[in-house]
Amino acid sequence: MRELKLMKGNEAIAEAAIRCGVDGYFGYPITPQSEVMETLMDRAPWDSTGMVVLQAESEIASINMVYGGAGCGKRVMTSSSSPGISLMQEGLTYLAGAELPCVVVNVVRGGPGLGTIQPAQSDYFQSVKGGGHGDYKLITLAPASVQEMADFVELAFDLAFKYRNPAMILSDGVIGQMMEKVELGEFKPRWTNEYIEKNYPWVTMGKNGRERNIITSVQLEPSVQEAFNHKLQNKYRECEENEVRYEEYMCDDAEYLFVAYGSSARICQKSVEIAREKGIKVGLLRPITLWPFPTKQIAHYADKVKGMLSVEMSAGQMVEDVRLSVCGKVPVDHFGRFGGAVHSPGEVVEALENKLIKA
Amino acid sequence: MSETNSIISPENIVYKKSPVLLDNTMHYCPGCSHGTVHKLIAEVIEEMGVQDITIGVAPVGCSVLAYNYIDVDWQEAAHGRAPALATGIKRLLPEKVVFSYQGDGDLAAIGTAETIHACNRGENIVMVFINNGIYGMTGGQMAPTTLPGMKAATCPQGRDVSHDGMPIKISDLLAQLPGTCYVTRQAVHTPANVRKTKKALRKAFENQLANKGTSLVEVVATCNSGWKMNPVQSNEWMEENMFPMYPLGDLKDE
Repeated sequence: MRELKLMKGNEAIAEAAIRCGVDGYFGYPITPQSEVMETLMDRAPWDSTGMVVLQAESEIASINMVYGGAGCGKRVMTSSSSPGISLMQEGLTYLAGAELPCVVVNVVRGGPGLGTIQPAQSDYFQSVKGGGHGDYKLITLAPASVQEMADFVELAFDLAFKYRNPAMILSDGVIGQMMEKVELGEFKPRWTNEYIEKNYPWVTMGKNGRERNIITSVQLEPSVQEAFNHKLQNKYRECEENEVRYEEYMCDDAEYLFVAYGSSARICQKSVEIAREKGIKVGLLRPITLWPFPTKQIAHYADKVKGMLSVEMSAGQMVEDVRLSVCGKVPVDHFGRFGGAVHSPGEVVEALENKLIKA
Repeated sequence: MSETNSIISPENIVYKKSPVLLDNTMHYCPGCSHGTVHKLIAEVIEEMGVQDITIGVAPVGCSVLAYNYIDVDWQEAAHGRAPALATGIKRLLPEKVVFSYQGDGDLAAIGTAETIHACNRGENIVMVFINNGIYGMTGGQMAPTTLPGMKAATCPQGRDVSHDGMPIKISDLLAQLPGTCYVTRQAVHTPANVRKTKKALRKAFENQLANKGTSLVEVVATCNSGWKMNPVQSNEWMEENMFPMYPLGDLKDE
């Protein structure tokens, strides 16, 4: 039975993980996401579902514990916030290189450096452009509500296993900390070892009579490494073809478009209403997958609107992908407070007027 | 020919290669200790009947390709992270047998935190630690275990302890942690030592089946390419120089 609860975004991640049958969580405390592990430890799922929860000595250790579990075909995850996610970049590129599915949650805070514990969206580049070394991609989901924090855990695992690739839930301190009503999914059983071995024949669980399996990202021979890279790129193209997700709000008659994700998209929803009261026809396109990015949909609006404003709590990161999608057809600008500051709906409307309408 | 066949008949066989050791040609230099330790691990896995439930974790270093030689499931770790991978595997598959295989740079420099905390949690795994006091794969640079005065590519004048500190005796340190049940230091340069190392590995794997905690088998090893000596000189140099710093024997056996 689905259950209705009032909870924080971070708590919803933990609750959803237990309910959708996640096998393991490995993490290290950092503000503003520590409630994820605190909730898991409090719920003690090892006694109910058998889920393993372990506090590691660092984010480096936790992402590598995830690697070990993922190599066994287990559904394993970690969560952290920006400085901790920076430490995990080595692990993420190895996971991508070894084609291991897992889920990593980033509850973003302002940077650079130790920065602030207040919310930000300044890890967009790190999530969708690489972060670690080599040519790889992370499937990146951007929740805009506590409900989506809960729902995206299972979605992220489904995509990660479908493509044998790490998936990231790119949240922020607003979504992680705020409380909302959330409808929680039913408890689903964890996968059995037999199910995993039957459906994912690449896993390392002991060879048990078959040829041995090797989880690795090393191919010293350049021709082999190049062929492997082609395979990765083909997989990424397939993912771009099939997995783009976005939401449109009042776009039908729009003359201007906000492009915003996560908590900025929530703010922009209000900005759309304020602008329309003033007679400005503006709509909102909210990318749900940041990679793969809704390039085609944004390109479609480039033929319909007079300009686009990428609204992000960063100095301007996603705006680059919006510009690439639009290909110079209409003006694209950026607006956002950053370094832990959050823009108000009114500030966004003002930016639209100043940067695109009056300009 | 029939005479040869009668000689090699099964009842006459006194020694053979373990089927757990694969036929792939090893990439190790002649005289290197890795091959011998691989052989011993394969024999222990075979004799204990755990080939089908064993998962090995390979390091970064010369033994990065260890998975080419021992016929079990393997995961290849980032440099130093093998104990974290092994933790993840063993926690999720507690009924399986998990071992890591690491060199001195991997275990005692870049992976020190992962090593210490896996041991401190008493992860129920086997850690095999090859200590040859040098970075072999990258071309003979100074390791955390390089001896005082010993020359290496990044200390061509010899390790200056006033500049680089003393070598870290990490097994001594790990033996202090309550999570380790067995910490031993062995070598494979003589038949007697090979037998002792095999016994140590066997005990380490048996400890895991008995859920006793972390077992660490250090093998003081030669790197004749890195040391720029022939295999015979390497063995002698190891006895004279490495053993006084890293004395052989059990550091802990509970």
